[in-house]
Amino acid sequence: MAERKGKYPTEPLKCWEKAKKIREDYYRNYATAHERGGLRWAGGAWSFDAIPAGLGEDVYPLTSEPYGASCAYNKPFSLRCLEATEKAGYARDLCAYMRNYWGSILLNEYVFGGPFPKPDFLWQDHICCSHAKWYQVVSELEGGIPHFCIDVAVGPETEINENKIEYIVGQMHDGIEFLERVTGRKYRDDLLIKAVKNHFRSTSTWAKVCELNKNIPAPLDEKTMYSLYVLGTLHKSSQVVADFYEELYKEVKDRVERGIAAIPNERCRVMSDTQPPWGFLGVFRYLEKFGCVSIGSLYTFGLIGAWEVDENGEWVHRKTPMERGVTINDRDSALRALAEWELHKPEWQHFYSPQLKSEMMIRIARQWKLNGVMLHYNRGCEGLSLGIAENRLALLKAGFPVMIFEGNMGDEREFDMTRTMSRIDAFMETLGMKKEFD
Amino acid sequence: MRELETFSSWVKDRHEYAKDWKKRTGGRVLGYFCTYVPEEILYAAGVLPVRVLGSHEPQNVTEPHIFGMFCPFCRDCLAQGLKGRYSYLDGLMIAQSCLHIRQAYTSWVLHIPIGFSYYLCMPHKVQSKRSYKFLRGELETFKNAVEKWTGRKIEEAALREAIQVYNENRRLMRQLFDLRKREEPPISGEEAMTISLAEQMVDKKEHNAALKELLGKLPQRKRERPTGTRLMIVGSEDDDLAFLHMVENLNKDQYPATFVIDEHCTGTRYFWNEAPEDSDPLMAIARRYIERPPCPSKDWEERKRIPHILQLARDFKVQGAIVMQQKFCDPHELDTVAIRKALEKEGIKTLFLEFDVTVPAGQFRIRVEAFLETLKQEDLF
Repeated sequence: MAERKGKYPTEPLKCWEKAKKIREDYYRNYATAHERGGLRWAGGAWSFDAIPAGLGEDVYPLTSEPYGASCAYNKPFSLRCLEATEKAGYARDLCAYMRNYWGSILLNEYVFGGPFPKPDFLWQDHICCSHAKWYQVVSELEGGIPHFCIDVAVGPETEINENKIEYIVGQMHDGIEFLERVTGRKYRDDLLIKAVKNHFRSTSTWAKVCELNKNIPAPLDEKTMYSLYVLGTLHKSSQVVADFYEELYKEVKDRVERGIAAIPNERCRVMSDTQPPWGFLGVFRYLEKFGCVSIGSLYTFGLIGAWEVDENGEWVHRKTPMERGVTINDRDSALRALAEWELHKPEWQHFYSPQLKSEMMIRIARQWKLNGVMLHYNRGCEGLSLGIAENRLALLKAGFPVMIFEGNMGDEREFDMTRTMSRIDAFMETLGMKKEFD
Repeated sequence: MRELETFSSWVKDRHEYAKDWKKRTGGRVLGYFCTYVPEEILYAAGVLPVRVLGSHEPQNVTEPHIFGMFCPFCRDCLAQGLKGRYSYLDGLMIAQSCLHIRQAYTSWVLHIPIGFSYYLCMPHKVQSKRSYKFLRGELETFKNAVEKWTGRKIEEAALREAIQVYNENRRLMRQLFDLRKREEPPISGEEAMTISLAEQMVDKKEHNAALKELLGKLPQRKRERPTGTRLMIVGSEDDDLAFLHMVENLNKDQYPATFVIDEHCTGTRYFWNEAPEDSDPLMAIARRYIERPPCPSKDWEERKRIPHILQLARDFKVQGAIVMQQKFCDPHELDTVAIRKALEKEGIKTLFLEFDVTVPAGQFRIRVEAFLETLKQEDLF
């Protein structure tokens, strides 16, 4: 393999090992929670994880999308999971994360080793058709686990009003009653408030980190970012994740100041869209052979990151309610601030119109100075593939070359690596890029 | 039967009907996706709501707009718009339900000029007590938008009258469907589907009048064929009259069969429950849509569809169920396993079919015939 050369210096991230450890601790702590008298709950990566935090400091979540992605990365295990769900009668075009997760239950195998750790309760929110139904089935497969789900599909951020907020906050209050009932624990508002503030810190700081990728050279590439943003999808309301993101921000800022690049030969910048095919992340390394860096995506930036448009029309991290001077001193004010904050989540907007997503993507394409866009037509996720064909048309109209590749984030049977590489070859050629090394 | 022909012609000539209605009344026509649209508010404003459905013809115009992993129905609906078949529409709306049909709406408003468009945030958690106040608020906002669009205030009396007209329609439809409980139902599944499709396209007052006329004669009707196996159809959107026709005429001598009831959104889910007439009209409408038999996308955390389906199966003495869905319909795929299990536990055999834009007649014929044969064989033992 020829050595790649470039004009920019590069170096590994110093906090990389720490990120790995946080993730490892997370999955281990969940599995062993009962040994310490703690509680386990499962739910989606978008669920309001700050709310169960009020049950105590020994309450551990398992967010199922990142879990499904971990399964998908382990291709032989994933295949067994997918086949187990199909054998149980479920359609193979359903959400691939969900099928990997159900497969783990059916096989009674945890992807990190040992039997699948059954949760004590299920805590979810619902904006995609599969969200609440996912856990309806989990509850059935696990013999009837208590299940609570909050409907957050109340419209885009441009239409937020008191009626919508009250609907969500009301459900949150009902959810706390549910948590007390099914666990028999007394709820602690002080822990809720602390977790809610951590949530704001994590999600705002992750956006700050992504903002730094506006710089040329980009200090981070998307493949690396997948390993970092995931912490926010695991436990965004935890102290450890909020603190880690602040540490990460400092390090990435330092990289920018010193001109440290993610890839030394950066000559071309693209973004992707939707979850990547987790078993085939080599696609991103392949781009580097052309001097091309994927600087992120609306997905990596906005799945967890909190954003807003500043007075100059720039897309920047969202200022936390604490920075805005919002008082959060009791249960209701904490829940209200949380609901309002999440309704601005970028990845929730496109559920109402592809145009809202196109506008954000075009903003990224311009402000992060992109040469082109790679859209993953992801058969594994109907929620994030929603409207993607319209996004393609809008990006083209805005003047950005677009390559599409079809695949599946969590079902390797629906991804064709060779064909995708060929498409990348052709796309790079249209962008005027030549392969620099093999 | 002459009284039935009215409904058939409405379905067949749906576009001509709507154009003629506009000419006759001077009113506006609004196309809608999904049966959670609160039609009563539109009706009270003098607007004719017509449900946008597909044409069941192969098409090649939606590929640039909707990724192929989404259901064929949503693409077929969008194709109708792109081909200009609904060019007479003055407005278009959707009530929030599944992600699939939502794309037909969003792409339509992006690419086809229309005077009024509206996305109604119908709550998903209809099992939450919080959904009533929320939906009432959303309906109020919607009512204001319709008033602004039409330039006409929607008075409370008009809303109450619309609720009465719609409730009467629902009652008449229930009367009609009750006749299907008979040992020899006087109406086929294909005919019943035609009538329920027509009610989603025409002025409810006219549909009511036609229904009353039909109900005056139908109870005395004797069909010239045996009822045979009593079938139920359970699933997603289904306006595949050709499929029902095929099954009911498959092998009339050896394996006669009749659809006696359905549980899908072009059928009973559309009209099964009424709005209470004794309260604040907007809250009454909210209650009606929240408490209706749910679409699977809203049937959580508890599964309320299943007891409803089982009750229908008992009331209509169902012997076999065809569980069908649009290909790639995630919400239904998330219910199918549980529904089939519940029906089989009740002793009702099921056949699962996935529908596309066109009905694969040959394949379905063989599968349905085998299913009917299986059901018939049970009688022997």
